[in-house]
Amino acid sequence: MATMVQAVRLALHVGETKLGVTDIFGEDVGPPLGGVFTATQGLRTAWNSPLDERGIVGAAMGLAMAGQKPVAEIQFCDYAFNTIDLLKLAGNTLWSSNGDWNVPLVLMTPVGAGIHGSLYHSHSLDAQATRIPGWKIVMPSNPRDAYGLMLSAIQDPNPVMVLIPKALMRVKAAGPDEMIPGEPEDPRALGKMIDAPIGQREGWEPEWPETALEFVPIGAAKTVRRGEHVTVVTYGRMVGVAKRAADVLSREDIDVELIDLRSLHPYDWPAIAESVARTGRAVFVNEDTEITNFGEHLIRRCVEELWDSLRAPPILEAGKHLPGVGLAEPLEAATIPGLGSVTDAIRRCVRQPDRRVGNSRPRRDFAFTWTGEAPVGPFDAYERAFRHR
Amino acid sequence: MHERMVEARCLEERLIRMQRGGDGYFWIGGPGEEAFNVALGLLAKKGQGLDHDYLHLHYRSSATLLAMGADPVDALRQMKSVATDPYSGGRNFCGHYSKREWNVAPITSPIEVQYATAIGTAIAQKRAGGEGITIVQGGDAGTAEGDFASCLVWASRPGFELPMLIIVTNNGWGISTPGHEQHGEQRIADRGKAFGMRTATIDGNDAESAYRGLEEAMRYVRRERKPFLLEAYVSRLYGHSSSSGSNYVETEFDCVTEIEKKLVARHLRTSDECDSLRAEYEQFLLEAAKTVSLEPKPEPASVWEHVFTDRDIVGEGARKVPHDNRLWKAPACSFPTTKASKSGSAS
Repeated sequence: MATMVQAVRLALHVGETKLGVTDIFGEDVGPPLGGVFTATQGLRTAWNSPLDERGIVGAAMGLAMAGQKPVAEIQFCDYAFNTIDLLKLAGNTLWSSNGDWNVPLVLMTPVGAGIHGSLYHSHSLDAQATRIPGWKIVMPSNPRDAYGLMLSAIQDPNPVMVLIPKALMRVKAAGPDEMIPGEPEDPRALGKMIDAPIGQREGWEPEWPETALEFVPIGAAKTVRRGEHVTVVTYGRMVGVAKRAADVLSREDIDVELIDLRSLHPYDWPAIAESVARTGRAVFVNEDTEITNFGEHLIRRCVEELWDSLRAPPILEAGKHLPGVGLAEPLEAATIPGLGSVTDAIRRCVRQPDRRVGNSRPRRDFAFTWTGEAPVGPFDAYERAFRHR
Repeated sequence: MHERMVEARCLEERLIRMQRGGDGYFWIGGPGEEAFNVALGLLAKKGQGLDHDYLHLHYRSSATLLAMGADPVDALRQMKSVATDPYSGGRNFCGHYSKREWNVAPITSPIEVQYATAIGTAIAQKRAGGEGITIVQGGDAGTAEGDFASCLVWASRPGFELPMLIIVTNNGWGISTPGHEQHGEQRIADRGKAFGMRTATIDGNDAESAYRGLEEAMRYVRRERKPFLLEAYVSRLYGHSSSSGSNYVETEFDCVTEIEKKLVARHLRTSDECDSLRAEYEQFLLEAAKTVSLEPKPEPASVWEHVFTDRDIVGEGARKVPHDNRLWKAPACSFPTTKASKSGSAS
């Protein structure tokens, strides 16, 4: 039963033995350490780079353009901010060259709070990342998805960012459905096979289990829990928090439907739309700061496209718009969503009076009735272009 | 070489006229750099994949592309931003070339990012062996950016030096700011010395010394599989871009008139031959610009194309040379803080 960090390592091993990965590199990624979270321990193609994030992204781009298949790591996403210029470049190379060059690289980086990481080891990247077109962006919430999304990221011919919630690195699969097909059931057995011994590592070689090539498609959300009163859309570490909130609320007869988005771009709008149209209530949860937050975009689409179905205003529960996450536990708890605040947000949404009661006729969007043409939403072209299902 | 230089100059002057005449929104280019850039294009090992040279150029590189055999009419198409522009489909400024078939990486507007991306093609070529090298070029102003320092560090990692020709074409200007007001180093090439790199500073305005300087630097990188930092002094004959007026600067050295003087003096060409060569290119490009102006603009819906691809274009048929850390031998440490080096220096 793998932890998320072991799942990433297993996927990278499959990547370098079966999917053509040529380079896994970044700061402290190669031997002897194998990554500060040990995500790259024992991998044959792993190597150490200078402590230079722009160089790492640039090198990954060049390797990709030379027909190689690199997986680069930024040690903490907090240090990816000085690479945004190069991330833009990776995202626009195919487009600017009118389809001449693609950039098949994977960039993985630990994100989010929850490890008492203070200002520079707690940041989220999802809002920034979704503002860099040309990238696919995924964020797993459990070991099996981490494994399957990493495999998909490696196989994808576009730049893909794999955002790994750092607080979940050491968290084991919650049950058999979160296990990787082929991994030993006993977590100690897996640890003995693929975790390097502490201290002297000279001559150590991992013994890799034969795991299946099980891809989690990019762009496909997963409905973690069915419910009828409210839809909660989240990803990464907040999936577990939302699950616990749903358990708490079930005792109050509030039935939560929970969607784990898994991919932030392209995102699974049909899954969100179907659920929100049915429940009429939506709460979006993530750790990033709340102003110009990715959840705000999803709320915009709900309002624009699902207005007739909404029973109450959608709610965003996200990190506070503050310059940092404080080290002391009360400071972190006051900044980042937790069980209490997520539970409150869902409760608040459900307790809003139903705005549809009393409206016998669903309201029509006046903009569409003006033209007399078939409704065309602002995201129709987006859906046509980027839905990879 | 002379003919390509004339062609490149005529192309840049036609592009400037197109922009002024409303047939383009913005001009930026490399008039004044023809001697150096033509030599570079002629000497590059042209082709696709690891066994050929990767070129990470900048927006003053038209002459290099022409010397490699690019059609000048395509540059006019990019200026006119028509759908037939083969480099960007009407999406990018003029001089922003991209040609995967010749390993020419897409040229971008930031002045430094190519120094970072070049690291990657050079790593792949280091592992692949052979003769292919990575050539990266930028201006003197761009060397103030961190990516230039990244390039020097990554190119000279002990035991894994990269087969990379790092070029700085020094025209003495960063837009409107004179370089000497911002840079204290005597020569930019000297920065390479701290990394144990071979370096040279050459007169890029002189066709012969540009060609010889490039030839020698390339020979070293190709054979030794190690980096070379080459600084070439060049002119900027029409200013930074159309934003600064794009007028001919009389005080700058003109490499085209200079090579013509030499050719005439050595009886290799007459002055009339030089004039008629220029007139021929001018006429050809004038006619071509008229034709290009009638070509269709890109369809609005095409903005959605090429955001993502389903096909690994660069990976198809590419030779993969994976890193293998079992083969990696770390070099002996020479830092003065380790016990081994202290005892070594005592003995």
